Amino acid sequence: MSARPNNRSLLVKLTGLAVAMFMFAIFVLPPLYDLFCEITGIGGKTDGAYTAVAVEVDRSRDIEVQFVATNNATMPWDFYPIEERVMVHPGESRAVVFYAHNRTGQDMLGQAIPNVLPNNAADYFHKTECFCFNNQPLAAGESAELELVFIVDPDLPASVNTVTLSYTMFDITDRAVAQVSQVQ
Amino acid sequence: MAHGPATLADGWGKYISRWVFTTNHKDIGTLYLWFSFAMFIMGGAFAMIIRAELFQPGMQLIKPEFFNQMTTMHGLVMVFGAIMPAFVGLANWMIPMMIGAPDMALPRMNNLSFWILPFAFAILTATLFMEGGGPNFGWTFYAPLSTTYAPDTVNYFIFGVHIMGASSIMGSINIIATVMNMRAPGMTYMKMPMFVWTWVITAFLLVAVMPVLAGAVTMMLMDINFGTSFFDAAGGGDPVLFQHIFWFFGHPEVYIIILPAFGVVSHIIPTFSRKPLFGYSSMVYATAAIAFLSFVVWAHHMFTVGMPIAGELYFMYATMLIAVPTGVKVFNWITTMYRGSLTYETPMLFSIAFVILFTFGGFTGMMLSIAAADMQYHDTYFVVAHFHYVMVAGAVFSGTAAVYYWLPKWCGKMYDETMGKVQFWIAFIGFNITFMPQHFLGLAGMPRRYADYGLQFADWNMVSSIGAFMYGGAQILFLFNVIRTIGWGKPTNDPKVWEGAQGLEWTLPTPAPYHTFATPPKIK
Repeated sequence: MSARPNNRSLLVKLTGLAVAMFMFAIFVLPPLYDLFCEITGIGGKTDGAYTAVAVEVDRSRDIEVQFVATNNATMPWDFYPIEERVMVHPGESRAVVFYAHNRTGQDMLGQAIPNVLPNNAADYFHKTECFCFNNQPLAAGESAELELVFIVDPDLPASVNTVTLSYTMFDITDRAVAQVSQVQ
Repeated sequence: MAHGPATLADGWGKYISRWVFTTNHKDIGTLYLWFSFAMFIMGGAFAMIIRAELFQPGMQLIKPEFFNQMTTMHGLVMVFGAIMPAFVGLANWMIPMMIGAPDMALPRMNNLSFWILPFAFAILTATLFMEGGGPNFGWTFYAPLSTTYAPDTVNYFIFGVHIMGASSIMGSINIIATVMNMRAPGMTYMKMPMFVWTWVITAFLLVAVMPVLAGAVTMMLMDINFGTSFFDAAGGGDPVLFQHIFWFFGHPEVYIIILPAFGVVSHIIPTFSRKPLFGYSSMVYATAAIAFLSFVVWAHHMFTVGMPIAGELYFMYATMLIAVPTGVKVFNWITTMYRGSLTYETPMLFSIAFVILFTFGGFTGMMLSIAAADMQYHDTYFVVAHFHYVMVAGAVFSGTAAVYYWLPKWCGKMYDETMGKVQFWIAFIGFNITFMPQHFLGLAGMPRRYADYGLQFADWNMVSSIGAFMYGGAQILFLFNVIRTIGWGKPTNDPKVWEGAQGLEWTLPTPAPYHTFATPPKIK
């Protein structure tokens, strides 16, 4: 059978292709997706902590920043912004406060995930301090004022007059317990 | 010295060993075909439960939780258990005989790729009897429904998908190796029969995208059990990523299902038109073009996730572009029939119905590809009607046609033509009664995957259910006709079986001997 060595090399090549596609799906597609979203701002994800740089405040523009707070699925907390909207000038640093209250009888851990709309504003909305950089532990019945300090970049596209920052609060108590027990 | 296979006369032990350890392409083809028919009956039974519940508004027979399991299992079993193995079975039977090869290139892997399949579906089906029930998140298993909110049995589902993926990949590698290395001397690529061409292209699609599906379920597995956050927003992941990865697999998958069906029809229509296939090379290029385009249109399944307008426009136009090579194929089939000496045996009836109904399904696909309109159609019964027109009237009709067409060659006996025609008309009418009204329901706003519906949808749902029972009955008749043929059919020894048949498989004796083309034929 002269065909046999050919069959073997084809088998190896095609298996290699299958393995490569598997690796592509797990190790390339997710980072590629994140990169794509970061470049285009489509996912509405904001960057991490921002170190303020000295810029001139652009007093000629007024930007309305709206805040939305949502609980994910079964999250039982009270969670809302104290001010629902503020007016800022680009380049100006502004602090706002969200209120969170754990109404349950259990100690819980929450994690707020931010999202910015419109998509082309995501890269120009900087947070110098944010409760969302860490998770938020609240003991049973405890409440907290969660602080956010942000700067709207003066390079914000001229077409954008309103920026909406939305937080979704996830219950990560179980996940944290699992991680703690794994360490122990 | 050629030796025959063990038969029942040699005792049960030998007979069972023959099937378990077989490396014969015809035996493995038969196993695939019977397995897929069993899965077709099971998936069909799930569909009957769904349609029985939807016969009237309100909850009558089953609980909504079980209804969700039925819709999910119906989709999974039909796609991965019935249609795909059916065409792999046809490939096993026909490709070596069509290209003049003695067997498949990798016969032992062929055995393995079949025999892991029953285990995959045993695992998947067993979840229905476990605590928490089977998969209930739809056959598309979108995260986080299939991760955070899934029943515990989801791990069995993931394992099952891994096994069936491995099976498909091995089957595809085998087909590619067979076609590339084992063609008879003189059989150039552009002389290969259409069914072989469509299968080679399908096999490349499978090798490319089944691992992506395996990757998707692996990421689910890690999110569920190992604390990663690929698809979990709470940990910085993104559920929309799941949809992208799923449809990067899922869209080529629909062509994996339909391309071999195109191949089958490209054999049957010339046979019963007594003319060669019109535009052979354009058929080959059209198939390749469809396969290529299938990789770059996936997001048309997810127009509603919130895509930028540029993305919607791109995916809309790219999707519409697929209509061009598909149109080439449809016009070639019609031109093949034009001025031919047509006769209407059962395989031809199914093939003509395929061309007509697949084109209907293609047109509703064009409607769905319009991003602006899809916002209204998304996840309604219009989508359900669309993909059943292409999956059932496409793939299943063509599979049925293939069985009727090649069954006399396989077993040397003729099926009952009258019974075949009766089955065709019940299936054709039943199919249209089932799915035509679902277009109206979808346009009127009835969402898919719900166990109940508003009163305004009652009449058409009842009509649809009646059609579904008719269509289900036609399959029982099909099973009966096949068993009757194998057991008591009228024997035939005509190598050609059909007057207009062309191709190497028809130069072999009827029934096809256990070993064929031990010495390769010469192709002029």
